[in-house]
Amino acid sequence: MMAFGKRLALVGAALAIAWSGAAAADDSGVLKVSDGALRSKIEYCTMCHGENGRGFRGFIPIPRLAGQQPQYLEKQIRSVVTGHRISKVMFSVLTTVEPSMWRPLAVHFSQLAAKPLGGAQPDLVATGRQIFEDGVAEANVPACMACHGQGAKGHDPVPRLAGQLDDYVVNKLSNWSSERSQPSPENDPARIMAVVARNLTRSQISAVAAYLSYLP
Amino acid sequence: MTSPQQPRLRDDEPTVKALMMNLISLKTAVAMLLALAMGSHAARVKASGIDNCTSFCHGAAAQGFAQAPRLAGQKPHYIARQLKAFHDHSRDNPLSRQYMWYATENLRDETIWTLALQLAALPATPARDGRPELVTAGRLLFENGSPKNEIVICAVCHGPQGQGVRDIPRLGGLSYAYLKRRLLEWAEGYHASAAHPMPRAAKRLSADDIEALASYLSFVE
Repeated sequence: MMAFGKRLALVGAALAIAWSGAAAADDSGVLKVSDGALRSKIEYCTMCHGENGRGFRGFIPIPRLAGQQPQYLEKQIRSVVTGHRISKVMFSVLTTVEPSMWRPLAVHFSQLAAKPLGGAQPDLVATGRQIFEDGVAEANVPACMACHGQGAKGHDPVPRLAGQLDDYVVNKLSNWSSERSQPSPENDPARIMAVVARNLTRSQISAVAAYLSYLP
Repeated sequence: MTSPQQPRLRDDEPTVKALMMNLISLKTAVAMLLALAMGSHAARVKASGIDNCTSFCHGAAAQGFAQAPRLAGQKPHYIARQLKAFHDHSRDNPLSRQYMWYATENLRDETIWTLALQLAALPATPARDGRPELVTAGRLLFENGSPKNEIVICAVCHGPQGQGVRDIPRLGGLSYAYLKRRLLEWAEGYHASAAHPMPRAAKRLSADDIEALASYLSFVE
């Protein structure tokens, strides 16, 4: 009970700082984060997320951050901190990342260009491409491209999928409802992904993930 | 990458005897002589192969011996990658230079794979040579890292039981002595070309962190 109360208080404090930080940034366009602190935190991130944020395969796949949409990244950080997205590892890591650091970190990784890590089964790519471009009519799955864009680069809150580790994408789509469908606002566009993830078969998920992993 | 300070054997020189003198420490030599005296198979010298690893340095059952790490049950991709790194001298810590550079001098790719697969298939037992009182602290650090000190979670890459995967090594059950030395050497700049992210990750560990991690892992089955 104590721990829960403490956590709530922490989350509340974090949010308050985050909002005030964001407002300050909007007014001046500059965030007051020291270069040294930011560099140190970036190095901490890349120890798991790979050099240049290109992603890394450890015991579990760790997602690519390079070229990701900054608005999406910042939203994910906030969602983990508030408990709307469940990630034990990232929750623990983010307890020591100042909310004023969220946007500079998101912007930093969004500006990196890194070659895709690769490694997916190449013979799945053609099927994956078809699903991405046309959707799966019989399963009522819309074309991924409709939201994520032709090159899967994403925009604003819609994430870039190009070059993402295929095993990471498979994990996310296979566990969507347990990880992401925590109580979230009615108008959260990510809610439609719960339906998409549920309607795709395991092999369709693998195919589309393989296609995405090779996109530059 | 050949270092000028390291004398290399020429093609016409390496007799088995010369190779042995270079390969083995006094301690191991004593163990070998004892084994020879008892007529043990473990001390027999062969040109290449698993017997070389086990009879010279890594223990008769490849469970590790003195300073040499356990190879039994290690991930085959990891073993292969390390053998190549000894061979091309990119793994350059002192004991690697002293022993493994020679040992892998004439290794060919197919031998590397045979060795790696044979060693990986051997059953492994934990060294249990760490400090038991540090096991809990070590486990917490291994499983949670320390966000405060920007220390990453070991288990994310090495697996929840340190079991390793692909070319990421199994750490569970390796000896405290080996793990501790290895973690110290990362931070000292050896093997700097090694796979991201170990050289940098280890740099953030304190002496106490290393004691705890090495102690904990030495007891993991």
